[in-house]
Amino acid sequence: MRVDHAIISDWIKPNSRVLDLGCGDCALLRELRQSRNTTGYGLEISIDKLAKCVEGGTPVIQANLDQGLSPWFEAQSFDYVIMTHTLQAMRHPEQLLKEMLHVGREAIVTFPNMGYWKNRLQFALGGRMPVTKTLPYGWFDTPNIHLCTVRDFEALCEELDLRILGREMVDSQLQSRPLMRLAPNLLAETAVYRLAAK
Amino acid sequence: MPATLPPDSVGLVIPQPLHFDEPLELDSGKTLPHYDLVVETYGELNATRSNAVLICHALSGDHHAAGYHSMNDRKPGWWDSAIGPGKPIDTTRFFVVCLNNLGGCKGSTGPTSINPETGRIFGADFPMVTVNDWVRSQERLMHSLGIVQWAAVIGGSLGGMQVMQWAISFPQALRHALVIAAAPKLSAQNIAFNEVARQSIFADPDFHDGHYLEHDTLPRKGLMLARMLGHITYLSDDAMRAKFGRELRAGKINFGFDVEFQVESYLRYQGASFVDRFDANTYLLMTKALDYFDPAGEFEHDLARAFAATEAEFLVAAFTTDWRFSPARSHEIVKALLKAGKRVTYAEIESEHGHDAFLVPIPDYMNVFRAYMGRVSTEAQA
Repeated sequence: MRVDHAIISDWIKPNSRVLDLGCGDCALLRELRQSRNTTGYGLEISIDKLAKCVEGGTPVIQANLDQGLSPWFEAQSFDYVIMTHTLQAMRHPEQLLKEMLHVGREAIVTFPNMGYWKNRLQFALGGRMPVTKTLPYGWFDTPNIHLCTVRDFEALCEELDLRILGREMVDSQLQSRPLMRLAPNLLAETAVYRLAAK
Repeated sequence: MPATLPPDSVGLVIPQPLHFDEPLELDSGKTLPHYDLVVETYGELNATRSNAVLICHALSGDHHAAGYHSMNDRKPGWWDSAIGPGKPIDTTRFFVVCLNNLGGCKGSTGPTSINPETGRIFGADFPMVTVNDWVRSQERLMHSLGIVQWAAVIGGSLGGMQVMQWAISFPQALRHALVIAAAPKLSAQNIAFNEVARQSIFADPDFHDGHYLEHDTLPRKGLMLARMLGHITYLSDDAMRAKFGRELRAGKINFGFDVEFQVESYLRYQGASFVDRFDANTYLLMTKALDYFDPAGEFEHDLARAFAATEAEFLVAAFTTDWRFSPARSHEIVKALLKAGKRVTYAEIESEHGHDAFLVPIPDYMNVFRAYMGRVSTEAQA
């Protein structure tokens, strides 16, 4: 299992109801169903990925996350609302974070950390927008329109009155290394957060 | 006419009439003392009887969903794009059942049948039938075929409404419900179109209060108009533009009321050919069944409550340019199922074909359909 998936799986209580936003081929939901006996749905915009979810037997709703969650889901209808590597591609990330905690009791979010030292180096020394394994796009064709650093994200959580219940950092191999805990904003390539409303 | 049958066709098929002697009490309060349902089946029922699939037809459909009746047929059954070996409803894996609904005009008891009480053709005296009545008759058909539970019940448009009714009325009788290009009830606009269609039939001097067959005639003009109107609602603006544009048949304007634009020619052809294969009274009944459908009505207009007791897993699909039953109407269905906590998958297929898209083998649509039915099949074999 990928380390970010393993971290998320550790956080999730057995038999809970889970919503995965931008679920891709539903790999995470399938893992959670097996390891945690979860139920729930994926949300995915791509019809090709949706077909993969269907093959794997996961219920999935084809929808555009930029149109929010309230058209589909009732308040507090999930134990966890998960969104991996998708926040930075949203038109209104702050709105979506709020909605995640409206339809779910807890939110689990992962995103690429712009503060990662390689990103900083490329920008500071090369004077160019960073292009890395985690962020492989050029500035002109990137879907990642709202990139942030670990610190930026925590500032937003503060502003939105969100409680950080858990925080883990991983690198591009999605491995978790002890040093990252000391200087996450500099050393983590991907951040994994568990949030609740205050 | 196919010179040879395509390898992914179910081939030549023969419709079977089935007789039912147990009276059927209808929602209208009237009773059909006995009735016939004509069915077609494709594929083989497996030993555990777990691979049966029911296809519910839409407004102008019938039991002939796939394959050919003879080598002289110009076209295969109405849903041949989805039913056959290797197609989403794979007849090498499923036993597929399709029937002509009560009130139909293709062999099941309907307005063109003889009324046993009078010995005359029913005509306008055939009782109104509802989606609920159909589903109850289909449930009897299920038992008569020795099937206890459908692997899936599948339908588009009015067929999709029957699928929802199945899941609500007989929760344990189906494992999967595939609701395609449907709506949880008609909108005022939908009913308005139906009413114009009906009025055009009534206005035909050959209608004779619905007893036209006894007068040896047909309300051809009226039914043709109704069908022309219908076809406008089945296509999208874009599809019409792409298909016909403002193309002129003779290449120039003639300042007359004969067919000039290609779209006029298309509509007149569709209307005229429909009259030869469809009964006006059946058309009237089908539009009424559509108008009356509202399963939430019995549940304080809360669709989620209507779905509360359902046990089937749902696939709901809609098409982007369908304005007859737009994706927003499917959203209502999906939202109610989500609220009720049911297992549901929703696909919104990009298509330019309007409402007709559910009959078109659009690759994205077929992929999701095939993936879903693949799972249904795996479960059915397990």
